Amino acid sequence: MPLRHLSKAVGAAVLLGGLALSAPVQAQTPTSMLDTIRSRGNLICGVNTGLAGFAQPDSQGVWRGFDVDYCRAIAAAILGDGTKVRYVPLTAQSRFTALQSGEVDVLVRNTTWTLSRDTSLGFDFAGITFYDGQGFMVKASLGLTSARELNGATICVQPGTTTEQNLTDWARSNRIEFRPVVIERIEEVVGAYTSNRCDAYTTDVSGLAATRAVQPRPADHVILPDVISKEPLGPLVRHGDQRFADIVRWTHFALLGAEEFGLTAANVDQAAASDPRPEVQRMLGKNGELGQMLGLQPNWVVSVLKTTGNYGEVFARNLTPIGIQRGPNALWTTPGGLQYSPPFR
Amino acid sequence: MSSTIDPRLLRAPPKKGLRLSWADERFRAIVWQVLIVSAIVFVIWWLVRNTQHNLEVRRIATGFGFLGREAGLPIGESLISYTPRDTYLRALTVGVLNTLNVAVVGVVLATIFGTVIGIARLSKNWLVGRIATIYVEVIRDVPLLLQLLFWYTILQSLPGPRQAINPATGVFLSNRGLKLPFFHWESAHTAAFGAFVIGCVALWFVAKQLRAKQYADGQPRALWPWALGLLLGLPIAVWLVLGAPFTTDIPALRGFNFSGGLNVSPEYFALLIGLVTYTAGFIAEIVRAGILAVHQGQWEAAQALGLHRGQVLNRIVLPQALRVIVPPMTSQFLNLTKNSSLAVAIGYQDIVSIANTTLNQTGQAIEGIAIIMGVYLTISLSISLFMNWYNARITLVER
Ligand SMILES: N[C@@H](CCC(=O)N[C@@H](CS)C(=O)NCC(=O)O)C(=O)O
Repeated sequence: MPLRHLSKAVGAAVLLGGLALSAPVQAQTPTSMLDTIRSRGNLICGVNTGLAGFAQPDSQGVWRGFDVDYCRAIAAAILGDGTKVRYVPLTAQSRFTALQSGEVDVLVRNTTWTLSRDTSLGFDFAGITFYDGQGFMVKASLGLTSARELNGATICVQPGTTTEQNLTDWARSNRIEFRPVVIERIEEVVGAYTSNRCDAYTTDVSGLAATRAVQPRPADHVILPDVISKEPLGPLVRHGDQRFADIVRWTHFALLGAEEFGLTAANVDQAAASDPRPEVQRMLGKNGELGQMLGLQPNWVVSVLKTTGNYGEVFARNLTPIGIQRGPNALWTTPGGLQYSPPFR
Repeated sequence: MSSTIDPRLLRAPPKKGLRLSWADERFRAIVWQVLIVSAIVFVIWWLVRNTQHNLEVRRIATGFGFLGREAGLPIGESLISYTPRDTYLRALTVGVLNTLNVAVVGVVLATIFGTVIGIARLSKNWLVGRIATIYVEVIRDVPLLLQLLFWYTILQSLPGPRQAINPATGVFLSNRGLKLPFFHWESAHTAAFGAFVIGCVALWFVAKQLRAKQYADGQPRALWPWALGLLLGLPIAVWLVLGAPFTTDIPALRGFNFSGGLNVSPEYFALLIGLVTYTAGFIAEIVRAGILAVHQGQWEAAQALGLHRGQVLNRIVLPQALRVIVPPMTSQFLNLTKNSSLAVAIGYQDIVSIANTTLNQTGQAIEGIAIIMGVYLTISLSISLFMNWYNARITLVER
């Protein structure tokens, strides 16, 4: 077709486009996550690709771990059934796009709460499920006692993490020179460390403990005492659906509250029937309308606890076996403990 | 020339007026085009608008303002100076250069290696031919990602820096990479390199001159003394005039690692070997096909004219084979460049790796992907343009 015609056509189209542009744009009503999850019948939860204690499929292919239990607890709160979860394993780099684009409903993937993630990435953090910090792991044979001795070392790190940024900050302020080896997948980055490509591997101390625990000879590796950052880990959702964010937040608080009141997977049914404490009665839906306020069933906490047990049980099941102590993750009633739930009222 | 054309042919056809009627073919064509283009523009507008709206609702930052912010990300190897204090723009530039580094070196090596294998496959020696055949079949059948991980694992299983293999003074091979002795680069070396580039350009003109003379009197003239002088003599002269600075820089083990000398990291090395050996398998087949495409009679005819074997290959067979080889070669070069993005898997920080980290830290996925696409598009189009130009140059000028 002659080009002359085409240019005319373009001109006309631009005009048409201009007209359409000035027409009012219809505002989009965001559908509620709660309805979406209910009608879909499951929760889509973004987790680790495989980190012992946090999220890892067992030999039967069943996902297990601390973060996984949070997915199950949220599913139990909303759907009354902790098995109704679809797990989407995500690398550190792919996790945020997956949440932004709606590929997952909630991200429970040892993710650090930072200001920029909370604001410019468009997320809302629902709480701090694990207080962590960044550390270094080295081979015991190097005989190091402090991270400051790492000057000139090659350090393995995963990209897209707070880890890599903390590392450069720390090196800068301590005048330490290092060579980074930056690999996306956890198996490969750990492989590079164990094969001696790197002198040290750095990430959240919990991640180091998890990695060390699954090495053939854990005693060959030491986690140096230096902790160079604060890593408050917690679940996060897309900004904009406050109700769903509330549910995730209060699921975490329910786990904490339950531990505080001594409610466990084993005794929750009995407590629901006969525990006389008013706050327990409100929490378990015997009294008041706390469940409805969240848009959930009155007995949502009972479902949650029967699925995962309380925070202490979740911790003991997943993290105690790999050698992680409660430390700052003890309840506030214990000296040094930071885990605290607002009142169920 | 135009004077020889029949003037009747130059006369414009009688003008047809445009009728505003469905019966007029041109009118219909215009209407259809307007409709289709408007539909496309509308869809694009709607997509852009919707995207903007959704980003706003979700409070996701937009725009390229982040390019000027401090990156804070660690980069293992870089052709230009880089510290985590630099901006995202600089970090991304490092990524582009790393991609170009592996792509350019990879294309050159894959072409050489592939040509050798391709010729070997045609060899009359049974063993050589068989080995080349097996190589091509195996390398083409195994996914590239697996091959890269294979090479990276091999390089990682080398001894540590303290037990490094040390075949010659200053050469160390360990799981930290290959260290080679080098010299301290000074301005005289940059000047000498500049002289070399000028020499290349000059040589091109000289070659043209010599060819013109040969066409005039039929006497072949040797190019090599010129090449020697311009490519080697000139840079050396420049370097000598500037005081001939030369201090060796020999790698030595200090603390955890080697320092000094030239460093080829295991990540770069694994990626390069993987890309070169893989692409060479395909290039070998292209070269073989190109040579087989030249009819046996061309060899015989050229030999009958008294040309010796080298001349036949150089002047008769290769120019014809190249016409068959060059177009598919372009796709292999493009493939190699695009495949270099698998670098992410083995920790070589190319543009994809750095842009991914950038978009993860800033949350600006759309901008990040746009940057990656822009970079690959630019590199790929440059390769295509160059190869098309080269292809046009070597096509047989038919009379
Ligand atoms: N908390 C840090 C680091 C999170 C992170 O990715 N940690 C690593 C090591 S603990 C991990 O979970 N890797 C598992 C995987 O890549 O699937 C962050 O949010 O940026």
